[in-house]
Amino acid sequence: MTTGPTVLSLRGATKRFGGLVAVNDMDFDVTEHEVLGLIGPNGSGKSTTLNLISGALKPTEGTISLRGTPISHLSAADIARRGIARTFQLVRLLPSMTVLENVRAGAVFGHRRRWGAEADAHAMRMLALVGLDRRANAHVGELTYIDTKRVELARVLASEPKVLLLDEWLAGLNPTELEEGIALIKRLRDEGRTIILVEHVMDAIRSLCDRCVVMSTGTKIAEGTPEEVLSDPEVIRAYLGDDDA
Amino acid sequence: MSMTKRDWQSITLSAVLLAVAACLPLTGDAYMLSIGITIAMYAVLATSWALFSGPTHYISLATAAFFGLGTYTTAIGIENGLNYWATLPIAAVLGAVLAALVGLATLRLSGVYFVIFTLGLAELVRQVVTWGQNVSGQKGLYVLTDITEVHIYWQLLVLGGIVYLTGWAIGRSRLGFALRIIGDDEEVARHSGINTSRAKILLFMVSGATAAVVGSMLAPRYIYIEPALAFTPMLSFLVVIMALLGGTGRLWGPLVGVIPFTLLWEAISASFPNQTTLLLGLSFLVIVYLLPRGFVGLIESGKRRMREREAFA
Ligand SMILES: Nc1ncnc2c1ncn2[C@@H]1O[C@H](COP(=O)(O)OP(=O)(O)O)[C@@H](O)[C@H]1O
Ligand SMILES: [Mg+2]
Repeated sequence: MTTGPTVLSLRGATKRFGGLVAVNDMDFDVTEHEVLGLIGPNGSGKSTTLNLISGALKPTEGTISLRGTPISHLSAADIARRGIARTFQLVRLLPSMTVLENVRAGAVFGHRRRWGAEADAHAMRMLALVGLDRRANAHVGELTYIDTKRVELARVLASEPKVLLLDEWLAGLNPTELEEGIALIKRLRDEGRTIILVEHVMDAIRSLCDRCVVMSTGTKIAEGTPEEVLSDPEVIRAYLGDDDA
Repeated sequence: MSMTKRDWQSITLSAVLLAVAACLPLTGDAYMLSIGITIAMYAVLATSWALFSGPTHYISLATAAFFGLGTYTTAIGIENGLNYWATLPIAAVLGAVLAALVGLATLRLSGVYFVIFTLGLAELVRQVVTWGQNVSGQKGLYVLTDITEVHIYWQLLVLGGIVYLTGWAIGRSRLGFALRIIGDDEEVARHSGINTSRAKILLFMVSGATAAVVGSMLAPRYIYIEPALAFTPMLSFLVVIMALLGGTGRLWGPLVGVIPFTLLWEAISASFPNQTTLLLGLSFLVIVYLLPRGFVGLIESGKRRMREREAFA
């Protein structure tokens, strides 16, 4: 499913922290309506790659472009406005606000900006999409773990991004929640959204991703369909060589 | 967004309270009027301080710098033949410009650096003005106008009304929402598409301009101003303490702190004139430890407890 136009592309993206090369010369493209899995052992640089794309960190070298326009020099806010939205590996909500207000943040300031009743209605639609519309007025402190993840996802969706970055969105869920979570992302996929999915859960990778990029110690070691990369000897070695995998 | 019934109620209530406060000079009591001016002055300063610091949690100790800037703008303006009324907007613009410069230089830094920088800035401005006056051979400046205490009081009330309306409008605007998000999680704010520096600088400018205008309005009261008076760091600390005592979570919070604290402070400074700094520090500790969210926090948790009791009853 690599037929659509390229939405996002990384060319030689590199991030150094002092002597450590967390992301090393990454090249890959994401096409429209594609779900790209970014996988690899812990510490292989997946979150750092997302940080480079979302503007949380500036690449040391290389360029990242959105529909052919370089964005790597822009601030995180400008990148968000151009249509790249993300969740965080450790969920980040707005603790003083209600569920609805959290989601409204995405609706008001994101890629497509709304205000007033329109923003609220849109935020409610996003809450319905993630199955949380009945908790709209709850305080985020009262939520279960998966519901906090749902709020964060709804906030991100509310900005109507062109590209969605999900950093281990399924991590830490129990088996029932995991099933719900996979179904939810599947729905986003069926809506034709463009997604980069950082994930450890193999079932999710197999059922959700069109293509995978595998990282190990900052470098891309394989790229292809989930079946291809998961049977690649180098990928297996990278995973088995890591205790956390 | 349209105005709700509650909005109209709070606007009406505020207008009535302001009108009642405006009648204070009718009592003819000079001491009451003098305390009234002090309360009005701190109410405006603390409310506008909290407009910025409430949502962002950045503690600014630069109030004295803006206040002194306004005082000196009026003094120098009048000395050079400007009309008093013309000096107020000039002070507002200068205050906003100074705030923008400070904001550009510091608001990217984390909170602690910001506190230190603003305190340092206030001292720096004071030293520069002192130096400037030494060069020109004067210790201070005379501010001679026909503006009476009653006029100053009413001017402060009008400014207070403007600050409340501004704060209310900001609270309902995208800017106000952006600041709440910034206060909750700046990383989320940035990734949601908010230009966090711009939002913070805009609010700091509102706060700085207001403090400068308060300084302008107070200049005629002092008659003779010098740097140690116009730029006293005590002012910055008092504003912070009063705003925190009231609570910065609501627009009316600082006012609730200003009134009792000003009265208490009047009594303390009269009884222990040499221990004011020590007592100021003590009050700060007491407020931060016992009332971390101020009277507002106390009132709101009281309300919540009442609601819960009703729910269970
Ligand atoms: N802000 C940072 N400063 C220094 N080192 C970092 C920083 N962020 C990540 N790293 C390091 O970069 C490497 C890759 O981390 P990360 O991208 O979080 O991996 P992953 O998400 O694949 O588990 C790790 O060695 C990590 O310790
Ligand atoms: Mg990670």
